[in-house]
Amino acid sequence: MTANPITSRRASFSFSIASVCLLVGIVALGALFIAANAADPMMGAHAWIFFFLTTTGLLFTGFWAGTLKDRNPFEPAFYEDTIVKFGVAAAMFWGIAGFLVGLIIALQLTFPGVFYFPELGWTNFGRLRPLHTSAVIFAFGGNVLIATSFYVVQRTCRTRLAGGMWPWFVFWGFNLFIVIAGTGYLLGVTQSKEYAEPEWYADLWLTIVWVAYLIVFLGTLWKRKEPHIYVANWFYLSFIVTIAMLHIVNNLAVPVNLTGSKSYQLFAGVQDALTQWWYGHNAVGFFLTTGFLAIMYYFIPKRVNRPVYSYRLSIVHFWSLIFIYIWAGPHHLHYTALPQWAQTLGMVFSIMLWMPSWGGMINGVMTLSGAWDKLRTDPVVRMMIVALAFYGMSTFEGPLMSVRAVNSLSHYTEWGIAHVHSGSMGWVGFISFGALYCLTPWLWKRKALYSKALVEWHFWIATIGILFYIVAMYVAGITEGFMWRAYNEFGFLEYAFIETVKAKHIMYMIRALGGALYLTGALLMAYNLVRTALGHGEARDDEATPASLPVQSPTLQPAE
Amino acid sequence: MSLFNRHATLERHSLLLTVGILVVVAIGGLVEIAPLFYLENTIEKVQGMRPYTPLELKGRNIYIREGCYVCHSQMVRPLRDEVERYGHYSLAAESMYDHPFQWGSKRTGPDLARVGGKFSDSWQLDHLMDPRSVVPDSIMPPYAFLAKKTLKFEGIEDDLKTQRLIGVPYTDDMIANAKSDLIAQASPNADYDAEDALVARYEAASGRKGTLRISDYDQNPAEITEMDALIAYLQMTGTLVDFSTYEAGDLNNRR
Amino acid sequence: MYATLSSFAQTWGLGLFVTMFLVALAYALWPANRQMFDHAAQLPLIDKEPSDD
Repeated sequence: MTANPITSRRASFSFSIASVCLLVGIVALGALFIAANAADPMMGAHAWIFFFLTTTGLLFTGFWAGTLKDRNPFEPAFYEDTIVKFGVAAAMFWGIAGFLVGLIIALQLTFPGVFYFPELGWTNFGRLRPLHTSAVIFAFGGNVLIATSFYVVQRTCRTRLAGGMWPWFVFWGFNLFIVIAGTGYLLGVTQSKEYAEPEWYADLWLTIVWVAYLIVFLGTLWKRKEPHIYVANWFYLSFIVTIAMLHIVNNLAVPVNLTGSKSYQLFAGVQDALTQWWYGHNAVGFFLTTGFLAIMYYFIPKRVNRPVYSYRLSIVHFWSLIFIYIWAGPHHLHYTALPQWAQTLGMVFSIMLWMPSWGGMINGVMTLSGAWDKLRTDPVVRMMIVALAFYGMSTFEGPLMSVRAVNSLSHYTEWGIAHVHSGSMGWVGFISFGALYCLTPWLWKRKALYSKALVEWHFWIATIGILFYIVAMYVAGITEGFMWRAYNEFGFLEYAFIETVKAKHIMYMIRALGGALYLTGALLMAYNLVRTALGHGEARDDEATPASLPVQSPTLQPAE
Repeated sequence: MSLFNRHATLERHSLLLTVGILVVVAIGGLVEIAPLFYLENTIEKVQGMRPYTPLELKGRNIYIREGCYVCHSQMVRPLRDEVERYGHYSLAAESMYDHPFQWGSKRTGPDLARVGGKFSDSWQLDHLMDPRSVVPDSIMPPYAFLAKKTLKFEGIEDDLKTQRLIGVPYTDDMIANAKSDLIAQASPNADYDAEDALVARYEAASGRKGTLRISDYDQNPAEITEMDALIAYLQMTGTLVDFSTYEAGDLNNRR
Repeated sequence: MYATLSSFAQTWGLGLFVTMFLVALAYALWPANRQMFDHAAQLPLIDKEPSDD
């Protein structure tokens, strides 16, 4: 300790605030410069959004820092939970937005005469579908992952998040990226690479945010009080590291103009295709799988209050999963102009992937052994276990679809849509809902959720919604797959393409109904979580807040 | 201080874990992707490929902007029904100048790899204006607004220069004349010298005749619209390679 | 070079995987590590604040 402890303490927390403000300030100035010199109106709009939101952040941080005096807002004796609360709220918001856009585009394909407007090009399916996929994967899924990773890494390392102000930079920076990406799709700013549509400047911004995320996460691991790094953190770490690698390589592009939104991909044709699907498949593997497996490895044991079934299995699960996943991408390119050896390699590794996937699923489900009654009594546990059932189903189906002969039928059809939605709505959605139902009472210190009955309703409505959705799409996909290759008695193709489109109409209606049910379930959850946070119903707690907790100030402030 | 020493080893462990993850996940991608950059072994030798003309490139960028790739693939697989429905299966060479590729992953609508020349310009125009006016059961969105938007091409030279930077063989001549080439391709019978120069430039790059069409694609001679560009692109997809000289069975074309 | 690289990918990929899998398996099953894993498995169940010891 130095002679003046107060000055030294203030210096330590001021540094992180000042460094964040410096970076954001530089970005704000750059945005102002581009806004004034924009080569196209889309870039102009985005530069102004960047400038407006970054300066708002700076002003807010400035006022807030002024009220601090000598109080350290990043007091190491307590966990940083406010940021996790923000993450829970953001995930809820984006989830509902993403499910809603999904429902709208499902209706567009079902009733094109009603849901298309000839003069409003920005409402067309081609612009809304990336909005849907990015909203559910990156905005909903990403906020769930950031929030839960920040929660889990603190609890399992028994230390406060590292970096002071930097976790807040990660949270707001990521959500700024979401806003830029989403508004970009509506304005027609896209580089057309599926699940990597945002243009070069949004990609650069995300790279900065992601590096900060990695450093915050590693920094928290470095100051941990437990000798061992809990396995959930391995999964989170692999998610952060691998997504960084994939994001950078797949988005290598040369902008036409440094003040314009358009860029051209560095790679062309077959190289670009393989890079894209190496990215695309591993976005599934490392964003939608390892990140959410981390949730499984923390929240299921925590919720049922018993350790994971086999810690040894979790280690084998981890290394074999991340090793095998990275090779499987070429199965998206069967029978294309990609050299066949690469297709075969992708297929072989995809089939091998079945084993670690099921190893992980079994590990999660068996954690309940001796507490199976919780499946009946606790709908939150049931939700997470059903998530694992969907995980098992889609990780069995995935290897099957990666076999070339099966793929020749399933590829390009609605079967693929069924497959991704059983994985995303069933696995990613349900494990996320489970985590949100766990986190809300824990974070707001409520003894229970506002209403357990509403969780039951959510569970059943959403499960039926998923079943409607995927059954309809399996039927539609297999129907059109066989119709495309049907021959008549004279040896000619039996159906014109449009007949195969017409054949799916009823299935599209059932799919839209399934999506509407799923959205309804999410709305019930949002209502339930808000009432829980407010302390209503079963969440009402008559006891005073325990003395060890920091006193909450009446208004929400960052890093409080 | 013993705690300090332990702290240092812990730090090393999590870094070790990070490096381990990075090594494990980098191997697969490197081993699979790196060989593909030996282009002579990955891409067939064919007759007829040339860079996109400025108008086609603009059209392609509209195709990308509107998200056509989410419903239309551009990759005919070597399966009997696909070859009969869409035409010769796609070659790697046919997308060698595609930054980015547009192979797609879903066929909510039909494959477009070889849609060029299958329909007339006026069918394409009617279909884009109101798909259900020509295909009653179509579920495609209408694109009438494209016919009202004047094509902006002030910076077209920069687009070509950027493409050349990443390996597309645009010549100095093509870049210098990009604007006049763009106008000429959408304005038949307006400036015969400009038309001849455009045809000469791009057919020379292609190495064969008949790979360039000039037309008033949107049937509106008053201005060049985004509709002109999009139809120009659609009408040339899959038409460049001369399949009469392509030997699928040649050992050099097996991969 | 292409032939070398692509044949490396097709053969050594599997060998690499087997080696890696065996290393991970050995680490997971090594008797001396058992105590550490048993302790680690309990980590999510511990409810402590950062200031607690």
